[in-house]
Amino acid sequence: MKELTVISGKGGTGKTSITAAFASLAEDAVFADCDVDAADLHLILKPKIKKTMNFHGLKIASIDKSLCIDCKKCYVYCRFNAIDTEINLIKGSCEGCSVCAYVCPVNAIKMIDRDSGFAYISETRFGPMAHAVLNTAEEASGKLVTVVRNNAKHLAEEKQKDLVIIDGPPGIGCPVISSITGVNLVLIVTEPTLSAIHDLERILGVAQHFHIPSVVCINKSSINAENTSKIEQYCEKNNILIVGKLSYDTTITQAMIHERSVIEFSDGQLSHDIREMWNKILEVLKQNG
Amino acid sequence: MIIAVASGKGGTGKTTVATNIALSIGNAQFLDCDVEEPNANIFLHATIKEQEDVSVIIPEVNEEKCDYCGKCSEFCVYNALAVVRQKILVFPELCHSCGGCEMVCPKDAITWRERVIGRIEHGKTKDIDFYHGLLNVGEAQAIPVIKVLKRKINKKMNVIIDVPPGTSCPVIESISSSDYCVLVTEPTPFGLHDLKLAVEVVRHLRIPFGVIINRDGIGDNRVEVYCKKERIPILLKIPERQKIAFLYSKGIALANEAYEWKEMFGLVFNRIQDEVKK
Repeated sequence: MKELTVISGKGGTGKTSITAAFASLAEDAVFADCDVDAADLHLILKPKIKKTMNFHGLKIASIDKSLCIDCKKCYVYCRFNAIDTEINLIKGSCEGCSVCAYVCPVNAIKMIDRDSGFAYISETRFGPMAHAVLNTAEEASGKLVTVVRNNAKHLAEEKQKDLVIIDGPPGIGCPVISSITGVNLVLIVTEPTLSAIHDLERILGVAQHFHIPSVVCINKSSINAENTSKIEQYCEKNNILIVGKLSYDTTITQAMIHERSVIEFSDGQLSHDIREMWNKILEVLKQNG
Repeated sequence: MIIAVASGKGGTGKTTVATNIALSIGNAQFLDCDVEEPNANIFLHATIKEQEDVSVIIPEVNEEKCDYCGKCSEFCVYNALAVVRQKILVFPELCHSCGGCEMVCPKDAITWRERVIGRIEHGKTKDIDFYHGLLNVGEAQAIPVIKVLKRKINKKMNVIIDVPPGTSCPVIESISSSDYCVLVTEPTPFGLHDLKLAVEVVRHLRIPFGVIINRDGIGDNRVEVYCKKERIPILLKIPERQKIAFLYSKGIALANEAYEWKEMFGLVFNRIQDEVKK
């Protein structure tokens, strides 16, 4: 079984629309939405939830004031400033390390589970899907990404699918790293803007850092021809394969509004180009053993 | 006044809005808190004059003292320490620097060393005092960089904060203690869905907020219907124009290109001032 993650560095370059298009092209795949912060893939794939699991991220301190002797040790030792001088917990700052519970001489502090969100196992019209929702203002999105990936892997094994397609988050930090470590290939969706080029270089650095092979798709390539050729030169110089160049096309937005994938929605040039790109990716995945 | 510009969904135009407001009002401080992918300076062109490393502390185990009892790895909720047979491994990227391992170690085998995970850069462009943070490639934790960046806030000035996308910890850290939050969205199902998530975050933080609709005309009117129903002020609609996308692609700020845009973003700022006074 292989894993492909779609990432971008910069947000809004078209990761989810392209992942949804792949979903309608892939014959035997499981889909995973690892952008647990702001998941959108379900808006197109319309999953029917089969199983819901509670997700507990890091624990949180709970202070029993009736036992507290006001020694202020917890306040002194907390490195996250999550306890004030009046020994009140500042929920948003607690990172669940449990140092406060350890230093409390009267056991007035307990570490309790926090309900950080839900992980789902679902069925879609294209195949099985793993996804999740992180509650507002919760931490540990990297941990939830790992849960989603594990669910997707189990689904693939159970249903004998040979590919997991992962819709990744923007950025280069914790949830991105969790989404790409150990996968067989990442597809980086970029666009010909100076911002996206800057972000492309950084996200490629992350993929290299973790020794993950990368290929690139230039989306909205017609917005700025000069920048498009800059990306092409950069990729050539760094020996990175460009698997697709997609012209700016409002079909992407129209398909989204109709809650269909681009492939389902239209037979036009864009769908044709995405099909070609998909075939190239399958080839690369095959070659990578 | 501190104004944070956020969005939920990435690529809706946060940086466009943040840089243009700063350029329109002038005499402002600008903080790019999207330390994973900071792009504001592509539009502001500040000359970087100062740099400062951001470090965290991580444990170092003195193997002469360590007897591999495993108490530290047992205590560490982040799995940043592991004892395998007669060896102890430290995973620096996972460490949150809580200090717990040192406390539980019965042999005093743990000391601390600094580890650089990113940097802050400072510069000036015309009358904008510019800061951004850069998380090093391969590092997982943006929060420490954002925290150092936010210490640079000069409350005597108007401060514009460019917030990273999403809704989780780096976003909260960037937005918290702002006086107002601008949520930038686009009129599409993805834009609307992620706007609703962002609204939950700012309501949770009890920060007054308004919406800017970017690429107005590409999608449908569901964002506007939602805002009306929720009584969220729409501060501005930026039309979908090829020219605007082209300028953006070249790193040219609208306010520097045409006076009407400068005026428009200036009006947005005035509106925000009025909203905050309410």
